Amino acid sequence: MAGPWRVFRDNTLGKVGLVILVGFAIMALVGNFATPYRTTGVGSLEEILQPPSLSHPFGTDDVGLDVLSQVLKGAGLSLLIGLFAGAISVTIGALVGLLSGYYGGMRGTILVRFTDVFLIIPGLPLIIIMAALLGANIWNVIFVIGIVGWAGTARIARSQTLVIRELPYVLRARSLGASDRHIIVRHVLPGVLPLLFANAVLVIGTAILSEATISFLGLGDPTQLSWGTMLNFAFSRGALFAGAYWYVIPPGVCIALVVMGFTCVGYALDEILNPRLRKR
Amino acid sequence: MVLREYLQRRVVPALVTLFVVMTLNFLLFHAMPGNPFTLLIRDPRMPPEMRAKLAHAYGLDAPLPLQFLLYFQNAFTGNLGISLVYKIPVTALVSERLINTLILVTPATILSILIGTAIGLLSGWKRGGKREVSALLFSLVAYSLPVFWLGMIFIMFFAVTMRSFPTSGILTYGLTYPNFLSYLSDLAAHLVLPTSVLTLVLLGQYALIMRSSAVDVLSQDYVLTAKAKGFSESRIVRTTVLRNALLPLITLIGLNLGLIVAGAIQTETVFSYPGVGRLVYESVVTRDYPVLEGAFLAISVSVIVANLITDLLYAYFDPRVRY
Repeated sequence: MAGPWRVFRDNTLGKVGLVILVGFAIMALVGNFATPYRTTGVGSLEEILQPPSLSHPFGTDDVGLDVLSQVLKGAGLSLLIGLFAGAISVTIGALVGLLSGYYGGMRGTILVRFTDVFLIIPGLPLIIIMAALLGANIWNVIFVIGIVGWAGTARIARSQTLVIRELPYVLRARSLGASDRHIIVRHVLPGVLPLLFANAVLVIGTAILSEATISFLGLGDPTQLSWGTMLNFAFSRGALFAGAYWYVIPPGVCIALVVMGFTCVGYALDEILNPRLRKR
Repeated sequence: MVLREYLQRRVVPALVTLFVVMTLNFLLFHAMPGNPFTLLIRDPRMPPEMRAKLAHAYGLDAPLPLQFLLYFQNAFTGNLGISLVYKIPVTALVSERLINTLILVTPATILSILIGTAIGLLSGWKRGGKREVSALLFSLVAYSLPVFWLGMIFIMFFAVTMRSFPTSGILTYGLTYPNFLSYLSDLAAHLVLPTSVLTLVLLGQYALIMRSSAVDVLSQDYVLTAKAKGFSESRIVRTTVLRNALLPLITLIGLNLGLIVAGAIQTETVFSYPGVGRLVYESVVTRDYPVLEGAFLAISVSVIVANLITDLLYAYFDPRVRY
């Protein structure tokens, strides 16, 4: 392997995670445009809740629609929401963390306390409340997950900024009269970015999990198909008691695999990029 | 650092957090333009005098800062409003459900910490072996599973198919108990599945944390010294590694209390377990906003208190903090 993938050479965990993620990316791309059967509307009466068969590898749901097609179609939305929400979280977290690490004194302390507060406040209840108050559509879901999960990233950005701030080249730049903005953008940011990247991957994973949970609780967009909404339908329409395991297992396994993929890659990147981790 | 100073440094931020949570609550529910309380009195069938009376009764005609102060005063005197659905005071409803949640969450947390620490320790100790890989894999899978999905799987398999345990609730509906023992056994039967689900999911998190902590400690010089002194590996792990790896674990557990809450909400919803987590879900669905507000406050206060307790534990275990 050559090029940027070289970093994963010694890291099996990262390779496994990467394979999983690439697989699901392909699934999302393909599934968004072409599925074996339709995923909207209703199927035929005879096809309700059919167990897996040759024509329907994952069986059918309670309106007769093919489950495999729904899984393929829902992949895109689940991944996309996770990606956007994760991007929002990391951006806010990086901003707050960088500024709180760079500026000492009153400004820095206030930002740190602010970060600590959001670290303690339990995330899911807050997401649920905001999603309930704002209404159920994709952008609200993305927004709400994004603005609740930034505190972890802020902490990481802050501790790394504190280190970089004292490095010789930064002190030299400061003594030469460089402005704060120049130092932050040209010197601190490049030093923090690798760690932020590793963290972003993990954050996206948890964002996907959050989206699945929100959709399962019925706060997601009911007109859109995601793995979470599939599980919501399965649960509220009694698939459990009908013994329709084929409707319940596939979306959940996909969610778990995707999150595992992101976690593996994130941990692998952290091991590789984190300068504080000793070579073991 | 004197112990008293350390505690003071922890209590003040906790109070600040509490203040921020209550402010957040107020802003979300009372201060936003489309907030649910103004919607309460916007019934078009109501004559304007009625509307004015209701607005006055709910304090909605007062200026916002005054409403803010009233909110705080009410909250501290235990008045969190009345449930729109159940028509009983929110405080009573929430405290009842909170007890149920504690019954579920406490054993699950203790179990998952114990087992997770053991798995994490094992995984960090035996690097490069089959045990490390399988422990790591298990932790990763447990961490990535959606809690509600695991609950659904458990219900499908253990309750519906195998009929070993009840599918939902905390007690069998309508049953009376001849003695305390049968009450306990019914309660226990209902608790097995939700507790197992919650334990499994929290396990993954704690195992992964313990693993990084253990790996960190094992690379320290004092471990090398112990090895050079000739101590057996198991003795080193049991004494030095465990004690030192425990410290960051306590801190991280405190920080990750939100995970326990998230797990509890999902588990209770799936198992229809009448705890404060399911209360959040219920009140969202039934648009019972006073209860939603009260439940969020109760949950946040519990997390803040639990965080303080872990800080105390940390101070107890880390001798550097005391002197």
